[in-house]
Amino acid sequence: MQISEVVRGRFRNIRRGALGDTLFQWLTSLVAIGVVALLGVIAVVLLIAASASIQTFGPSFLTGMTWDSVADVYGAVPFVSGTLVTSALALLIGVPISLGVAIFLSELAPAKVRVPLTYVVELLAAVPSVVYGLWGIFVLAPAMANVIEPGLQGVLGFLPIFQGTPRGADKFAAGVILAIMIIPTISAVSREALRAVPQSQREAALSLGATRWESTRLAVLRYARAGIFGAIVLGLGRAVGETMAVTMMIGNWNGVSLSLLDPGQTIASLIANNFGEGGPVSLQKSALIELGLVLMLMSLVINVFARLMVSRVLRRGEGGAE
Amino acid sequence: MAAKIEIKGLSAWYGSKKAILDITMDFAEHDVTAIIGPSGCGKSTLIRCLNRMHETIPKARAEGSVRLDGEDIYELPAVSVRRRIGMVFQKANPFPTMSIYDNVAAGLRLNGERNRDTLDAAVLKSLQSAALWDEVKDSLDKSGASLSGGQQQRLCIARALAVEPEVLLMDEPCSALDPIATAKIEDLIFDLKRQYTVVIVTHNMQQAARVADKTAFLYLGKLIEFNATRDLFERPGQELTEKYITGRFG
Amino acid sequence: MIGGLRRALPPFRFDRQGRRLWKDLAMSVAALLCVVIALVPLGSILVEAGARGLAAIRPSLFLLDTRDGGIGNAIQGTLILVALASGIALPVGILTGIYLSEFGKSRVGDAVRFFVDIMTQIPSIVVGIFAYSVISTIMIPFVARTSEEALRLVPVSTREAALALGIPRHRAILRVVLPSGGSGLLTGALLGVARVAGETAPLLVTAFGSLYGFAGLNQPVESLPHTIYTFALSPSSAENQAAWGASLILVLMMLLISISSRVIVHLRSVRE
Repeated sequence: MQISEVVRGRFRNIRRGALGDTLFQWLTSLVAIGVVALLGVIAVVLLIAASASIQTFGPSFLTGMTWDSVADVYGAVPFVSGTLVTSALALLIGVPISLGVAIFLSELAPAKVRVPLTYVVELLAAVPSVVYGLWGIFVLAPAMANVIEPGLQGVLGFLPIFQGTPRGADKFAAGVILAIMIIPTISAVSREALRAVPQSQREAALSLGATRWESTRLAVLRYARAGIFGAIVLGLGRAVGETMAVTMMIGNWNGVSLSLLDPGQTIASLIANNFGEGGPVSLQKSALIELGLVLMLMSLVINVFARLMVSRVLRRGEGGAE
Repeated sequence: MAAKIEIKGLSAWYGSKKAILDITMDFAEHDVTAIIGPSGCGKSTLIRCLNRMHETIPKARAEGSVRLDGEDIYELPAVSVRRRIGMVFQKANPFPTMSIYDNVAAGLRLNGERNRDTLDAAVLKSLQSAALWDEVKDSLDKSGASLSGGQQQRLCIARALAVEPEVLLMDEPCSALDPIATAKIEDLIFDLKRQYTVVIVTHNMQQAARVADKTAFLYLGKLIEFNATRDLFERPGQELTEKYITGRFG
Repeated sequence: MIGGLRRALPPFRFDRQGRRLWKDLAMSVAALLCVVIALVPLGSILVEAGARGLAAIRPSLFLLDTRDGGIGNAIQGTLILVALASGIALPVGILTGIYLSEFGKSRVGDAVRFFVDIMTQIPSIVVGIFAYSVISTIMIPFVARTSEEALRLVPVSTREAALALGIPRHRAILRVVLPSGGSGLLTGALLGVARVAGETAPLLVTAFGSLYGFAGLNQPVESLPHTIYTFALSPSSAENQAAWGASLILVLMMLLISISSRVIVHLRSVRE
């Protein structure tokens, strides 16, 4: 009698536990799927808001060279190209420096330097972009206009990409500020990838008579290449979508030009500059939202491409391990 | 027989912790010398001092002299010391991003060898010496990480042999392997001593007895006894040695 | 001196080995040079924000609203925004993290993880177009992924120990797994807060700024990053200076958050 009651009690407990388990799993699943649905909702809402522009311009939006709010004609080329050029410039400048920093922090620095320096780099990755922008306006732009850009023109002035008057607020300056901003991110993430390489790999190379650099190249960089690639893509993602600092540095001109020393506009800076203007519904606003969708798509493509690359590299790394 | 390596008054530290203490001993050419002792007694540290791998650990340092053919290795560039004194580690560490072929050729390429025929010949010879050729000759393009544990360890041996070192240091090369793979490596060590001077660290006394000409017993960083293997195991000169080989501590 | 230099440098030989040793030295110097190049602008940012910011800090900066060149309403607004965003994003993000870490080993879980990852990478300005009330949209995926990773670090043995006692799974997760991953969760939450506090772009596109103090949830709110932006572009040098003051406050907030997350991680590792 007593025993069966105890058993029944246990059973009830277990059943209640099972019910709780199911409910809990449902709750977390619903929330998680809700979060993903939010992404869908964002996409749909943006798509509806952009429909006026999509219907008016069709595919020619993507090849249109002008952005004219008087004639109400809008095209994406200046901004897509501005985004691509500044991001490419940021990678070109930022990646080699970041890798150097990561290698120094992971392979060369004595422990006394490594710990504080790593902390500073990680801290800098967290500084808000508007602070970079503020610094850009008051410190970098004058240096650009008076020293760096004239110097570059002195050496490379014959190239079409370095024509024009140095003014410190142009595509080159925007690329430089982006590079400065992505250096902490790429350095910190690549440093982690390098630290994750087992010590035994370094020892293998050293014991063959490799110098420290050869061991870094042969054993460490190759082993960590997927992680380094991931770090670079993370930096690229940040550069493509970065708004504040670029808006403050790029000069905000809605045209297309070859020279890096001319002002320009990225998708993000154009939206930041113009979205507040005009009424709640206008063709320009709709076109801006379509550009936002283009930006979203660009970051999506970068991410998916990076994932594919990383998994391919990883698979090849494990080679014939069937 | 001529001493290949002479160690005199060698002490080594990790930070402030002393790992080996004033060790003096010689390794004869074409001998297999085993170093035995309980874990933490400084066996690995001792051989890591012989090719200057010890100093790659932060805060580690060593004092005393180690002479290779009469030359103090601490006066030579570490890079050339390590080229002449190869090393095989406790855990097999092939380069996973390289093919089997590239793993073996890595050391030669570092030294500037670009000639494909020379490389081919060296890879063939090293893999044969490491008794791995027959198992991998059809899959030289596969990743080094695709091999089994025992094969990986022999690949690491082949990689070390490819640069034609004079001495081969082995740091518990069989501790992660099954008995069959272990037997293969032990056979291999037996063949290797015709060409190389071999120093092997092991915690397995039977292994020392099977492969080594001479055996050294280390305890708490000190060299307790160093003698011909048979003498050391059958007539240990020290009480500590006897206690250790009869399994009364360890 | 010369002897020391000679010992530090490779031998002056230019055979194969000499070249390799010199190359090794050259690459080390190059890496060090990268650090210097990277630190010059980054150090300059910290120094300028510190020096110019300190010069701008006086009681009136905090007491006045942006209308009068102060940042009082901006600090208030940032705190309110952070509280609001955290109030929505932390529970949602952590629940999503629990789902991913505890129930996420399915196709649906992989899909959710994929999309949440994508969401962490969407440029914030695009989210801003959508609607400013979802500034937590930026925070949710971030918190979700960091909590998942924090929970995954909790060893399987801990879970098994709890389950072996006959505790239902949801209670094991809530009572054992969550507390074990607690410091990781907290760190993720703090970093999420840092992210939201520094976020400007979405606020900008919605003309979100305000010259006045907090006036209700349906009214525009000023925030520090927005103040910095408008003051930086202002022709008034007094406002430029106030922008530096606001930057210093913002950077100090980040520093505080970063140090507290370090301390939390450190305390955990000491306890273990």
